[in-house]
Amino acid sequence: MILGLPILSLVIWLPILAGIIVLATGGDKNANLARMIALPGSILGFLVAIPLYTRFNMLSSGMQFVEMVPWVERFHVNYHLGIDGISLWLVLLNCLTTPLVVIAGWKVIEKKVSQYMAAFLIMSGIVNGVFMALDALLFYVFWEAMLIPMFIIIGVWGGPNRVYAAIKFFLYTLLGSLLMLVALIYLYNLSGSFDILDYYRQPLTMTAQILIFIAFFVAFAVKVPMWPVHTWLPDAHVEAPTGGSVVLAAVMLKVGAYGFLRFSLPIAPDASHALSGFMITLSLIAVVYIGLVALVQSDMKKLIAYSSISHMGFVTLGIFIFSSIGTEGALVQMISHGFVSGAMFLCVGVLYDRMHSRLISDYGGVANRMPMFAAFFMLFSMANSGLPGTSGFAGEFMVILGALKANFWLAFLAATTLVFGAAYTLWMYKRVIFGAVSNNHVMELSDINSREFLFLAVLAIAVLGMGVYPLPFAEAMHASVNDLLMHVAHTKLQ
Amino acid sequence: MNFSMPDLTPALPEIVLLGALAAIMIIDLMVDDPKKSVTYLLTQASLLVCAIVTVYSSGSVPMHTFDNMYVADTMTSVLKVGSYISVAMLLSYSRGYIESRGLCRGEFYTLSLFAVLGMMVMISANNFLTLYLGLELMSLSLYAMVALQRDSHVATEAAMKYFVLGALASGILLYGMSMLYGATGSLDIGRVLEAIKSGQANTNVLVFGVVFVVAGLGFKLGAVPFHMWIPDVYHGAPTPVTLFIGSAPKLAAFAFVLRILSGGLQPLVHDWSQMLSILAVLSMAVGNITAIAQTNLKRMLAYSTISHMGFLLLGILSGTVNGYSSAMFYVLVYALMTLGGFGMILLLSREGFEADKLDDFRGLNARSPWNAFIMLLLMFSMAGIPPTAGFYAKFAVLQAALNAGHLGLVITAVIFSLIGAFYYLRIVKLMYFDSPVDNEPISGSFDAKLILGANGIAMLFLGILPQSLMTLCALSIQSSMLGF
Repeated sequence: MILGLPILSLVIWLPILAGIIVLATGGDKNANLARMIALPGSILGFLVAIPLYTRFNMLSSGMQFVEMVPWVERFHVNYHLGIDGISLWLVLLNCLTTPLVVIAGWKVIEKKVSQYMAAFLIMSGIVNGVFMALDALLFYVFWEAMLIPMFIIIGVWGGPNRVYAAIKFFLYTLLGSLLMLVALIYLYNLSGSFDILDYYRQPLTMTAQILIFIAFFVAFAVKVPMWPVHTWLPDAHVEAPTGGSVVLAAVMLKVGAYGFLRFSLPIAPDASHALSGFMITLSLIAVVYIGLVALVQSDMKKLIAYSSISHMGFVTLGIFIFSSIGTEGALVQMISHGFVSGAMFLCVGVLYDRMHSRLISDYGGVANRMPMFAAFFMLFSMANSGLPGTSGFAGEFMVILGALKANFWLAFLAATTLVFGAAYTLWMYKRVIFGAVSNNHVMELSDINSREFLFLAVLAIAVLGMGVYPLPFAEAMHASVNDLLMHVAHTKLQ
Repeated sequence: MNFSMPDLTPALPEIVLLGALAAIMIIDLMVDDPKKSVTYLLTQASLLVCAIVTVYSSGSVPMHTFDNMYVADTMTSVLKVGSYISVAMLLSYSRGYIESRGLCRGEFYTLSLFAVLGMMVMISANNFLTLYLGLELMSLSLYAMVALQRDSHVATEAAMKYFVLGALASGILLYGMSMLYGATGSLDIGRVLEAIKSGQANTNVLVFGVVFVVAGLGFKLGAVPFHMWIPDVYHGAPTPVTLFIGSAPKLAAFAFVLRILSGGLQPLVHDWSQMLSILAVLSMAVGNITAIAQTNLKRMLAYSTISHMGFLLLGILSGTVNGYSSAMFYVLVYALMTLGGFGMILLLSREGFEADKLDDFRGLNARSPWNAFIMLLLMFSMAGIPPTAGFYAKFAVLQAALNAGHLGLVITAVIFSLIGAFYYLRIVKLMYFDSPVDNEPISGSFDAKLILGANGIAMLFLGILPQSLMTLCALSIQSSMLGF
């Protein structure tokens, strides 16, 4: 509570309310009105989230700004919200992404504008709810509700194969979620509560822990996505409109990793340890193998999608080496990936809006016509390949450092990403941007306008700021991460 | 020989409805009005009066009358009011449809009310004989309603199938009841319970009787393998009648199942819960998988009903108070979802156009974003996606089943509901992702649109605030358990 206001509820419900108002503007006659409401709504959503950082107590590991109201008493479900160092930055990342997406879709989206804007605003609120919920059922409700707007976004404004992608996305994620629901009901029947913090203290046998871990694993691994359940992501990314890809990459992928930190590790610590080898193996396959897959892509969006999977492999790797630097590295990597991948998709979107092609081979020599764009794209490509001084470096470096302490070969394999990442990103950059102008379409390109400059500049500042001075990020999460690791180190077996 | 007047209070709603029904039948003959507005309004008014009488005559302690053959408690009141509401809603949805199809006759309304009367008797019955009377009154009215569209051979065929199979099921049910009577020496549910508890009854005969009773019940609910009639009848019957069969009778059937199984046959819970678990798994499997292949929305919803009945049985077979109240919540939410789904078909249909193909929903979002949104809520609710009511219905049932130790069943149910999500999603896909093939404006009266909107929003409302209805269900079940 700040100034007597339930700040967390505001962060969740303001964007949703704005979304409903935008929806009420009706058809495309009022498209401009819808845009004019959506932008202030999304900015307001970001502004109300700022006090979360300024009033955040860095030294406390517990939940802050807690709100708790009974919700469904028959099942002891509470409307229980709170954030700690783990969720703080994810909430802020999400709140920052929404206005950028609204701006990015400003002119590009011409049909059903109000529904497009509303879907993003409503989704932003729901995702905030996922990061803030401290009640397992509340979490589940937000978690599933998140699918509905994304399904619509991919299916309505997506590319030619959008229906397949949307349904694949929905069913993949639903499968995982339903198993998680069974695990949550099991925990409820055992502990008589849906409070996540009660689950942390609930003793569990090894068998139960393994089963619960697997149920959570299916839910979260699909969202991350981890190899081999990643196949929905390239489809969804390629078919989604630019805004959808940005939100998918920047925010949606984070909820899976967040789930591991909030549920799997503290609720089933012994199973997490027992299965860490398995998790690390999958993460390394994602890092190395998917990195190689990215190398051969001819479609820019697909390339970035695979690069996302590879980068998220770093996140899960960092989480499952159970060291403070590894976990913090994973979190920093998540935030950084949010900025970088969002920016990369926006860059591809800028090109796509002009040429209506995502194929690398259709481009070449873009720098001649779009110098300013080339500069931005350069920065984000560097960040994507983990160049020191950009945000991409900080997280990867911390995870590699953590891995090095655990095992040299682990670190060695993980570090190959610095090579592959640079290879696929810069090679793509070279083919698209450099060289002579390859065809007449490229010749007709015009450089970015002020609207595009705005969102790319915001992300550029974020990427550079985080790369140069990552301390505020690490500082806020330190206490919570240590607390989490303490939970994980403590056996639950009796 | 002394005769004492029975206490009529528990049966007051039924008496009122019967009186109103008799009056409506006569008034309908007197008034010459092709639109039957008077009959319609009187029907709605009598349902309203019944609702008021039901609410005011009910108490939390079960009241018995007619020598224990009849009972009224909180559960009966809730389910009766639920039936009135769903019938009232369906009558308002179907006005436009029956007018344009020449079904607008007084019989439509009076048969509806007779069916409601049958349901009320079923809900309140405390004796096998009363149960059977109520069931037959309801079924016979429904057979006639299916056949109301005389000239349509599809409808006539459906009515014939419904009648023959329904009569067979009634026969099976009666046979089972007679065995229970033979084993326990009574038709009164309370005495049957006592006889079984005392251990005097012959277990073999009892279990044999239970098999037949469960088969009969399975037929009435439409659980696999007794589901054959559902797709054809749903498809063939005029849409308002399909909606009728799909909604309120399930509430009555739920009361029926609960009275017999959890009331009279509670000591045999192990036997019947095994049978129900087979029915539940088969229903979920056949219902969800077959629904995928359907191109007709009415048929698809028929298979979806079958799968919902599987979920309902999952709650009942838990054999706990928690399970029964979850199942009751489920059946109430189910009735609302069905009303909304068929209500949308009725709203989109017009003269010469049934709107019952999946393709008829193509591009609905472009034609009417509001109606598409309502249908979206209904579909996600049927699929059990939060934040809609269908989620809490499924959740409550799964929780009860898991609490009773049916982990395998729960996981099966979850997997089939994933498969089920696919065909509900397909409707959403058609409405939102495809462009419309027909651009006729959506007709339909204002009140039907308003009620349909409220119906859809109720799915969202109950999904966000399910507490009150859940408490009501829990109270109802507790009150009905007091009777035993």
